[in-house]
Amino acid sequence: MEKFVRLDGLVAPLDRNNVDTDAIIPKQFLKSIKRSGFGPNAFDEWRYMDVGQPGQDCTGRPKNPNFVLNQPRYQGAEILLTRANFGCGSSREHAPWALLDFGFKAILAESFADIFFNNCFKNGVLPIVLPAGEIEALFRQIETTPGYKLVVDLPAQAVVRPDGHGIPFVIDAFRKECLLNGWDDIGLTLRHADKIKAFEEKRRVEQPWLFAQ
Amino acid sequence: MAQTLYDKLWENHVVHQEPDGTALLYIDRHLVHEVTSPQAFEGLKMAGRKPWRISSIVATADHNTPTDHWDEGIKDPVSRQQVETLDANIKSVGALAYFPFRDPRQGIVHVVGPENGATLPGMTVVCGDSHTSTHGAFACLAHGIGTSEVEHVLATQCLLQKKSKTMLIAVDGKLGKGVTAKDVALAIIGVIGTAGGTGYAIEFAGSAIRGLSMEGRMTLCNMAIEGGARMGFVAVDDTTINYLKGRPFSPTGEIWDKAVAYWRTLHSDAGAHFDRTITLRAEDIRPQVTWGTSPEMVVAIDGLVPDPAKESDPVRREGIERALQYMGLSPNTPMQKIAIDKVFIGSCTNSRIEDLRQAAVVLKGRHIAANVKLALAVPGSGLVKRQAEAEGLDKIFIAAGFEWREPGCSMCLAMNADRLEPGERCASTSNRNFEGRQGSGGRTHLLSPAMAAAAAVAGRFADVREVL
Repeated sequence: MEKFVRLDGLVAPLDRNNVDTDAIIPKQFLKSIKRSGFGPNAFDEWRYMDVGQPGQDCTGRPKNPNFVLNQPRYQGAEILLTRANFGCGSSREHAPWALLDFGFKAILAESFADIFFNNCFKNGVLPIVLPAGEIEALFRQIETTPGYKLVVDLPAQAVVRPDGHGIPFVIDAFRKECLLNGWDDIGLTLRHADKIKAFEEKRRVEQPWLFAQ
Repeated sequence: MAQTLYDKLWENHVVHQEPDGTALLYIDRHLVHEVTSPQAFEGLKMAGRKPWRISSIVATADHNTPTDHWDEGIKDPVSRQQVETLDANIKSVGALAYFPFRDPRQGIVHVVGPENGATLPGMTVVCGDSHTSTHGAFACLAHGIGTSEVEHVLATQCLLQKKSKTMLIAVDGKLGKGVTAKDVALAIIGVIGTAGGTGYAIEFAGSAIRGLSMEGRMTLCNMAIEGGARMGFVAVDDTTINYLKGRPFSPTGEIWDKAVAYWRTLHSDAGAHFDRTITLRAEDIRPQVTWGTSPEMVVAIDGLVPDPAKESDPVRREGIERALQYMGLSPNTPMQKIAIDKVFIGSCTNSRIEDLRQAAVVLKGRHIAANVKLALAVPGSGLVKRQAEAEGLDKIFIAAGFEWREPGCSMCLAMNADRLEPGERCASTSNRNFEGRQGSGGRTHLLSPAMAAAAAVAGRFADVREVL
């Protein structure tokens, strides 16, 4: 996993509540057995005028000019600004894979769905919960400021606006440490292998019905 | 101190705890399907790691599998490759049980686990699928995980977790005629909203919940995720224990007795503290139908399509307007005036034997309306299908004009050939009415199997209480 420390990036707005993972990456693209290459199909149904198929070259497909992420001013955006309950629906990790492959490294929202939120951290994508008032203010600033950028400072746990206003955010200490160092969860867990084995052996004796062969 | 069921389940699985409260939880059951596992198996292999405990794995192919012409195999080469990848991965790694495509016990992973006794009370159950909450019906700590976590569980038999807040949803009283677990689930989501359960583990309790069968409890817990909660559960009682007796992977003899004694402790203690409590009266719950593109966009069957003009919050108002435009509906239309094109009875929410029985009661001696282009009945598993056939339900469905299909996820998410065409309107017993969920441009209305059957017969949404 790539480290996440500090990001100074262009912001794109997606002004909706309840953006679900079916919208982020439609089901037909879940047939892939790879982790990469989902970016061209991120928001496929909103982004293109035709119905996308897995494996298709997307460069020549007709784009929906009304979809915000197609607007020239948001090309190259690395920070997504959205509303409440982002990433609701299915557990598909293809959603953060698609967002990351598209270019987003941080997502700012009023709230996130639990499974999506968790999946982001496994991929070095930082989901940040901000108060509704701050989110609303950011939407207004973006609208009037072409090339609007924000600084996401993970060590300081703050999102800093161009006017210098810093918005603090909360993150679990353990998750922060993992992102800052780009640590692989599995490697970390396996440091406790002896503890897991001991726990399992005790369990096997106390609750043998859990260990049907 | 009085503990909640969640406290008990959590405590029973903590292997290690970090200073910030992040815990390493032991995983008892790992359910695996073809869509969210290939990258995990590949990651494991690339890192040179072996699965920690093969006997925790129960696997099946369900999302991509066709529901007709099984003799012709899987025609879509991309789907076929994914299913064959699962075959190969399980062959190389092993599992407690694998129900591949065309196996007599193959089916939707959340139907297959419980019916084989692979889901037992007190377990932690995970799967790369958000509807893993289903297994909470057995007082399991059960939730969906992403593919990185699938790999993590394969490699370590553990997950890194933080404790959730707790919510008690109590439904007391007696459900009315024609009101099912699905209506309870939708009514609850209508109250708390699709983000209402975010950050919470929900315990469903109260006399109406205790009155539900295991099938009904599975439907309810299945939909916990649509209320934003990764997990929902119900305490163990006689209904739970009676269901489990004699299942293939259920314990027997002395171990059964020992297990039952433990399972009986899996309930919240009197006076246990919940962070939030919601109470509903069973008598107030009417048959439900969704009108929009989120499960919280739901009304009772005698209700109207909402009017965005009456919504004061601008973001919400725009959400309603966008949903109405996508769904092709006008404000204030009575739900019972909305005509449908297709009907889908199936999915991990509503494809169990009781669901099929409830639909069959409505369909017996009746026929689908002329404007219904396709009505699909898709049993949740091979075992459900054969049980239904033994009861003659297949004949009722077929005589009513339904297609009686092979098991699988089917048109719930339309990864196989079963899908809606743009603009088509479907009465569906599945769990998500998101834009494009059942096919690009398709319009999904969620309801119970009995209500779906009533809609099939009427050709529009209809109040099942009037035909029972």
